[in-house]
Amino acid sequence: MYLTPVQTLLIILAVAAGAQLTRWLPFLLFSGNRRPPAAVTYLGKALPPAVMGLLVVYCLRNVSLTGSSHGIPEALAIAAVAVLHRWRGNVLLSIAGGTAVYMLLVQLVFA
Amino acid sequence: MSLLPEPEAGQASGCPAGGVRDCRPARESPLPAGTFMRRGDIMTEKVRAAARSAALRAAFPATIPVLTGFACLGIAYGILMDSKGYGPQWSILMSAVGFCGSMQYVAITLLTAAFDPLQAFFLSFMVNARHLFYGLSMLEEYRGAGKLRPFLVYVLCDETFSIVSTEEPPEGVDPTAFRFWVSLLDYLYWVGATALGGLLGGFITFNTAGMDFALTALFVVLFLEQWKKPENRPAGVIGIGATVVSLLVFGPDRLVIPAMVLIAVILLGGRNRLCT
Repeated sequence: MYLTPVQTLLIILAVAAGAQLTRWLPFLLFSGNRRPPAAVTYLGKALPPAVMGLLVVYCLRNVSLTGSSHGIPEALAIAAVAVLHRWRGNVLLSIAGGTAVYMLLVQLVFA
Repeated sequence: MSLLPEPEAGQASGCPAGGVRDCRPARESPLPAGTFMRRGDIMTEKVRAAARSAALRAAFPATIPVLTGFACLGIAYGILMDSKGYGPQWSILMSAVGFCGSMQYVAITLLTAAFDPLQAFFLSFMVNARHLFYGLSMLEEYRGAGKLRPFLVYVLCDETFSIVSTEEPPEGVDPTAFRFWVSLLDYLYWVGATALGGLLGGFITFNTAGMDFALTALFVVLFLEQWKKPENRPAGVIGIGATVVSLLVFGPDRLVIPAMVLIAVILLGGRNRLCT
């Protein structure tokens, strides 16, 4: 431990406060009977697909195309997820299959 | 009106270290012992219990990918904290109270540097800023959640949002109850995995390399689910394109905020053409 228990507790509370503010702000701004403006309602509908795109890229942010594996395990595993999902349309199967392909690739082929 | 037991707002934050079990809402009848119950009350109680278990049965399979991903990342987090001298009581407290995945990893650097809570607060706000989008998307859905709302908002993380915003509960299942169980299960997975990592991290010998890809796969699948609706496709392409541009310009460590700004600007700018 680098900090004292009290300091550690304060850092935890500060991190929690920062995270909670991001979760509560939209609800505090548009609470009660104050209807959000049309632009906000529109964003609320358009954001989920955009955010899924953001999260996919975010997960892959540290993949280096010039690194030793050239991002091949990630590309193959995502292709496996897409093919499985197209084929069976089973969320769990697609995720388990893609993860298994990725684990095999990074542990055995690109180790 | 919700059919579920209501977790108090303070329950998550008041969770004692090491007591994951204590975070669960009470399953007992809300009535004190000995309260006189009419026949009608008993019937309602049965109906409520049935609705509760139906929602849980629908929610659990949806959260299994999160269980896999959180098991890896949560255990890894507990181990990492332990290796820096912060035992399970601290990692569990951070997971239970902070509950903000990637920021908790960032916070390890804050815990091993000079004490600066203000920096921790601002950094946490920036790293978690994407949650602003989640709140905007769930405004309507969570408005009607009643007493469950504080808990649902408190634990609205990437994974929970992906599920509750993409997957519809089956016919006959109360959507709020479904969202509640998804939220609670994901929360318990994270805190439980942290506890496991902190307590027995040193004993794990199974090669888990690559297992955290489950979360990437989850987001890919949910992206594909969104893609099924043609009206979602432009926004999906904008999300990927804007984030890739932001990654190339700002690098992997600070891409989220520019990507969010870019996404919001393009979506609002193209509103008339994209309008769904």
